Amino acid sequence: MAELILEAKGVVKRFGGLIAVNNIDFTLERGSICSIIGPNGAGKTTFFNTISGLYKPEEGEILLEGKRIDRLSPDKITAIHMARTFQNIRLFGSMTVIENIMVGAYTRLKQNAVQAVLRTKAFKDEETRAQAKAEELMDYIGLKNVGNELAGSLPYGVQRRVEIARALASAPRLLLLDEPTAGMNPSESEDATSLFRRLRDELGITILLIEHDMKVVMNISERISVMDYGEKIAEGTPSEIANNPRVIEAYLGRGAAGGDAAEIAAAAAEGSDVGEEASK
Amino acid sequence: MESTKKSALGSFGAFLNRGTTPYILTFALTLLSTVLVYSSPRSIPAFLLFAISAALVYFLKLKKGYQLGMAVLIAVVIVPILGARNIFYLEVIFQIAVFAALALGLNIVVGFSGLLNFGYMAFYAVGAYLWGFFGSQQAFLLHEIPGTAPQGTPFLLAPDWFYLFIFLGVIVASIVGLILGLPVLRVRGDYLAIITLAFGEIVRQLANNFDKPLNLTNGPQGITPIQRPTLPRGLMTWFNSVVQPIVGHSITDDQFYNIMFYLIALLIVITVVIVTSRLDDSKIGRAWAAVREDELAATAMGIPANKLKLGAFAVGASFAGAMGVLFAASRTFVSPDTFTFLQSVSVLTMVILGGIGSIQGVIIGAAVVVILNIQLLPSLSLFLANLRQSDAVIPIINFPWKNLSNQLDPSKYQRLIFGIILIVMMIYRPAGIIPASRKKRELKGAVGADPSTGGRGQGAFSEDAKADEGADRG
Repeated sequence: MAELILEAKGVVKRFGGLIAVNNIDFTLERGSICSIIGPNGAGKTTFFNTISGLYKPEEGEILLEGKRIDRLSPDKITAIHMARTFQNIRLFGSMTVIENIMVGAYTRLKQNAVQAVLRTKAFKDEETRAQAKAEELMDYIGLKNVGNELAGSLPYGVQRRVEIARALASAPRLLLLDEPTAGMNPSESEDATSLFRRLRDELGITILLIEHDMKVVMNISERISVMDYGEKIAEGTPSEIANNPRVIEAYLGRGAAGGDAAEIAAAAAEGSDVGEEASK
Repeated sequence: MESTKKSALGSFGAFLNRGTTPYILTFALTLLSTVLVYSSPRSIPAFLLFAISAALVYFLKLKKGYQLGMAVLIAVVIVPILGARNIFYLEVIFQIAVFAALALGLNIVVGFSGLLNFGYMAFYAVGAYLWGFFGSQQAFLLHEIPGTAPQGTPFLLAPDWFYLFIFLGVIVASIVGLILGLPVLRVRGDYLAIITLAFGEIVRQLANNFDKPLNLTNGPQGITPIQRPTLPRGLMTWFNSVVQPIVGHSITDDQFYNIMFYLIALLIVITVVIVTSRLDDSKIGRAWAAVREDELAATAMGIPANKLKLGAFAVGASFAGAMGVLFAASRTFVSPDTFTFLQSVSVLTMVILGGIGSIQGVIIGAAVVVILNIQLLPSLSLFLANLRQSDAVIPIINFPWKNLSNQLDPSKYQRLIFGIILIVMMIYRPAGIIPASRKKRELKGAVGADPSTGGRGQGAFSEDAKADEGADRG
């Protein structure tokens, strides 16, 4: 078994009386692409927020590369090479695209205020490098000629890409993507899927995503975890998940069969062989 | 409508920027306005023309060397000579410099990092009282009742400690900024505004009430006299030998002090501008902007938001601290009345009017507000008051000014007019006189495709060129 990059043990997150994340155990192998799916309100994003430090779990432990991170602040977690994107894109709208990406590199830049004021050679070199790196990332993600545009003025699909580029600028080893293809048309989400695969294959980044688009999920994931009412109800390969009665029940209600469930199964059949190929 | 207006302005700008036009224009205008101000020192149009010609040097597309040369000529030669002729102008420009530094400091907190601060004057007060206490006899009057200084009380420090205290003012004010920052980190938006407002009032009330049990601040009466640094006699003789033939009289000590304080203020403003623009164009400035835009996303991108907010408070406060020390020395007097809530708001007004987050904008904002407040509006009042004394009638309705009731005394309209100007500005130009714009970077992939490159040749009246200007200066 490969080394675990992320490990969650008995994580509980409550909001008042509501248990949003209930006693979740979760592991993620280095170099894999995995998904978390589940109906709306299942607690997927809350789980993401807990992993990335925006929420503190009431119980349980979270380990990143064997190190406890559940008491660390989000910026410290980013510093130890975990990055994320948001479900409802949260770019810095009135900053340019290139600045957004350079903000992502914050923890990787060593400059301090004194160097910045004195414009030392080290500072200038680092700024030049940071900008070059940001441009490189833009090329890699496929963002052309938008470097000086304000991020808020860009079309939705481009903003999604900028957000991924910004996350990549922090040199993550684990990347959390919260519904990265939401609002994309089929061809866009296909591009996105192949991008995620490139990130893993070429840059060696482990990817965990929350996704609603079953086609994407079944296509790209090596393993899928299913959440419902804050609990993990199933885990397995795409084909296992597609045929899991509890999953079908969670999505479609008790007693539902055939119909929409068949769609999931069909998507799984289509995608799983590609996914397995990638994992070899 | 909007676009035609813009393009008209743009082509006018392009015309001004063509070939040698801007050089001839700025030089001739500066010369003309200097002569005008010099020959009629009380004329407001002449002074405004002078202010505009100085601004044009900055905003037209000129060679950097020429701009720098003109700036030095205006700031170091023309202004002191005009000031020697009519000390009032020096006062106006001194105040512009002081408030520009304050507004730039507040701009870091409000404009860059998006933290509302209604108590900014507190930091200015800290600087002012710092030198007020150590630069006066107050240390020997701790057990005296305010206003009863015995004859011959010595001063605590030699006057030239003043220069060191400018730096101490920076340090002490930034420490106070950190202290204010700590509770402030827990709140946002409206709540933050209220806390800073309260903080500003607390500092003023401390100054007001710390005349007992130990008389540290001399209470509402304020501390006086505060020492000024000693005059550089040699420089003064030299300056007199140059200026006396021009102005026709030699410069008194007080006038020379005014010139000196003006130059120190100018030096501080330049330092502040350099520090501000360089910080803005670094990872710290980007992080400030990110925290302002979306704090949660910023922390998720690895930015320690609390540390940066504290930093913003400290840096912003430090500028006010330095200016406070200078202010105390230049007035030789500090009292709590200078540091009211209204003053904090008026600095905020300069920031918002000029262009929140924009360095040039904030300076212009400070200049506009100061000129309006101490020059234009008072003279308008004076003009109206004179009308009331005369037999003139209000046109159209044929109503004699004389018969206007006291409640409608036009000289009381100063604040009204100022308020109307603010309202109109906020409606028609909410981003300020010179709105903040993000720095355009030169990207290798973007040649030709970047729409902003088209603006380069356009000159100073298009937004992009201004952004370029700002970037070049950074």
